[in-house]
Amino acid sequence: MTKYHVEAHRVTKRFGPTTALDDAGIAIADGETHALVGRNGAGKSTLVSILTGLQRPDEGEVRFSGLAAPALADRDAWRRQVACVYQRSTIIPALTVAENLFLNRQAGRGPIRWGPLRKRAADLLERYGVAVDARALAGDLTVEQRQLVEIARALSMGARFIILDEPTAQLDGPAIQRLFERMRALRAEGVTMMYISHHLEEVYEICQSVTVFRDARHVVTAPVAELPHDALVAAMTGEAGGVYRSRRGAGPGGGTARVVLAARELSLAGKYRDISLSVHSGEIVGFAGSGSSGKIGLAETLVGLHRPDTGTVTVNDTPVRDVPSALGAGLGFVPQDRHREGFVPLLSIAENATMTIAHKLGRHGIVAPSRQRARAVRLIGDLDIKTEGPHQPVADLSGGNAQKVVMARALADDPSALVVINPTAGVDVKAKQALLGAVEEAAERGAGAVLVSDELDDLRICDRVLVMFHGRIVKEVPRGWSDHQLVAAMEGVDA
Amino acid sequence: MTSVALRPGVKLARFRDLTLVPVIVLLLVVGAFANPIFLTAGNLTNVLQQQSALALVVLAEALILISGKFDLSLESIVGMAPAVAVMLVVPAASNGFGTELPAALAIPLVLLVGAAVGAFNGFLIVRFQLSAFIVTLAMLIVVHGLHLGWSEGKSLFKVPESILFLGSTTFVGLPVSVWFVIILFALAIVVLRYFRLGRALYAIGGNIDAARAAGIRVDRVLWGVFILGGTLAALAGLLETGRLGGISANQGVGMIFMVFAAAVIGGVSMDGGKGTIFGALTGVLVIGLVENILSLVGVAPEWRQLIYGMIILVSLIISRVVGGKAQD
Repeated sequence: MTKYHVEAHRVTKRFGPTTALDDAGIAIADGETHALVGRNGAGKSTLVSILTGLQRPDEGEVRFSGLAAPALADRDAWRRQVACVYQRSTIIPALTVAENLFLNRQAGRGPIRWGPLRKRAADLLERYGVAVDARALAGDLTVEQRQLVEIARALSMGARFIILDEPTAQLDGPAIQRLFERMRALRAEGVTMMYISHHLEEVYEICQSVTVFRDARHVVTAPVAELPHDALVAAMTGEAGGVYRSRRGAGPGGGTARVVLAARELSLAGKYRDISLSVHSGEIVGFAGSGSSGKIGLAETLVGLHRPDTGTVTVNDTPVRDVPSALGAGLGFVPQDRHREGFVPLLSIAENATMTIAHKLGRHGIVAPSRQRARAVRLIGDLDIKTEGPHQPVADLSGGNAQKVVMARALADDPSALVVINPTAGVDVKAKQALLGAVEEAAERGAGAVLVSDELDDLRICDRVLVMFHGRIVKEVPRGWSDHQLVAAMEGVDA
Repeated sequence: MTSVALRPGVKLARFRDLTLVPVIVLLLVVGAFANPIFLTAGNLTNVLQQQSALALVVLAEALILISGKFDLSLESIVGMAPAVAVMLVVPAASNGFGTELPAALAIPLVLLVGAAVGAFNGFLIVRFQLSAFIVTLAMLIVVHGLHLGWSEGKSLFKVPESILFLGSTTFVGLPVSVWFVIILFALAIVVLRYFRLGRALYAIGGNIDAARAAGIRVDRVLWGVFILGGTLAALAGLLETGRLGGISANQGVGMIFMVFAAAVIGGVSMDGGKGTIFGALTGVLVIGLVENILSLVGVAPEWRQLIYGMIILVSLIISRVVGGKAQD
């Protein structure tokens, strides 16, 4: 019989009227890396808080190595059993790395001796191969270093079970690979891990087993080898098929269509050099590249967020000087970070989605509520936004639906040029399909689109993909490329 | 992977504590040239004694700010706590309530009233999850309102000896109130630097979820900080009463602006999790010295407000340049 390191057995958890977990469970074998996948709202986060002892299940039980879990109040006992690298950082930026590592256990009852504490921290970092100065302020670390510090801290508590909750969401390709190498090394030492991610290819790369949750219930647990990609997506969505398939055939034939978005010899120090680009009506142009390739900086220049050192951007032959001029010329865009630039969380869907076209909803600065509402209802329908209605604040929506609102805003004015940056970051499979579908529809209506994405699957809808490396476009591939082709160029190993 | 390079700004930020020390030296030099009386022991002692009440309230506010919270009501406690305690003790003829509790209870009562106000603030903010800013703004008005209503707006002059003692006696060459400030600041510096409880304030102010995940009893600590803050403000009121020999209906009013100014120019962040008690102390000293120099030089009181305001702005600009980071 398999020895299970962690078991959650028939767990039910309700929050008021909503059931977050319904008789669901997971069993993770000793020493394996076990993936937990499911759409937003499937109950993954609730399971994490129950497995880490932050919440008590209404029914069911948690067992570690066959023994009942500690009492909820005994935080130290929980920390010896399980550690979690949360989506949201639990590092305190104003304190040093050393203090973060030993937070609330800097000393016993007596005074803290800082010298030995720093020494212990340095030893700990060295043992886990984390090249970070223990005296540095945690706020000065990169996302990757911060995660490594969190992992080292988790292990230093003595926990042999770590939960990694979407650790790759904010990392670029090489950093993800380094994280995976580290996870493999930990596994070799016998550490058990639960891995949560929206990127299914990562699940196949790093995990041995996978558990799928859907609508608060356990759907299936299987070795990854026995659950091919399509079956996995089907288990997540409850329907067959799943990987987004482009609806359009070949793109418009050559240069006959009108150029809607053009860049001429753009350069911006430290980001990109000598970029020229023409996007035709009805065409989707993809941009691929690593985090340091400059693709985001370029896209942000196209929409007027940055001013290039040299060169010009034109939308429908109108030069772009800043964001208002770009929008005025008929451009719509989805920014990289929806939380920071995408929406105002406390305002309603209607208000957010029509923010860029407020001037069209009434004269003399008056926004007519009825027209705003009508427009929002149409956009909600078009993008299949799951909501109570246009009055609901965007803050209440799940990640995928919030992103659809951002997409709705980009599309509100029927733009003839569209720039979309990482539209599917942190959203589930179905939302992904709706978002990519919206880009395709816009192109069918005659818009020219630029799609910048870290996910290769997103780029399959593009008529051609430009690969950037160290600030230059190094390769252009037409529809029908293989992953290998693109990745090689992105990593700069392609001649 | 690269290790974190310490940028110059970060290195300097570690000396953020000491940024006001040159300013203090400069003020001492300026003061010495401005008036020969300035550098006498008598005058400097006087400065310290005058600022001792402000210093204790700054200490209270710094603890609360570091924990990521806020308390505006402290200034009202400075007046109300001693006033209520005195009224409970003195006879009705001297504006008392008529309860005439034993005089020995006067000092414990002062501290108890302060602690009670702090506990009520803590209850509303920690347990009831209300905004610290609005709660303590309301409490600033409520507490001062109680003081005004109960005292009928009159000053209290007939005050028990025990209450005057602390603010008016000297011990080994320094007023007792200054000793209080020295001891309490030293204690706070050590606890916040070298004890888990003290570091917990930084953790809570820096990232409350992380503090909770690390097993810190966040609610309990925060509540304790509010109670301690109220108690310190009451103690400040006690020292002020002793220094002035009575309690006016306006004792403490308007003080909170100077309290925030001292804490913030001393490097305590309004956003929580940053700053030290030593820094806050240097902030108090700067304000005290400036006040003293202005009166020695004979600047008309009507113009002093303006000069305080300017000094606060200049200190903020200096610390922004030295600290290298945008301020919160």
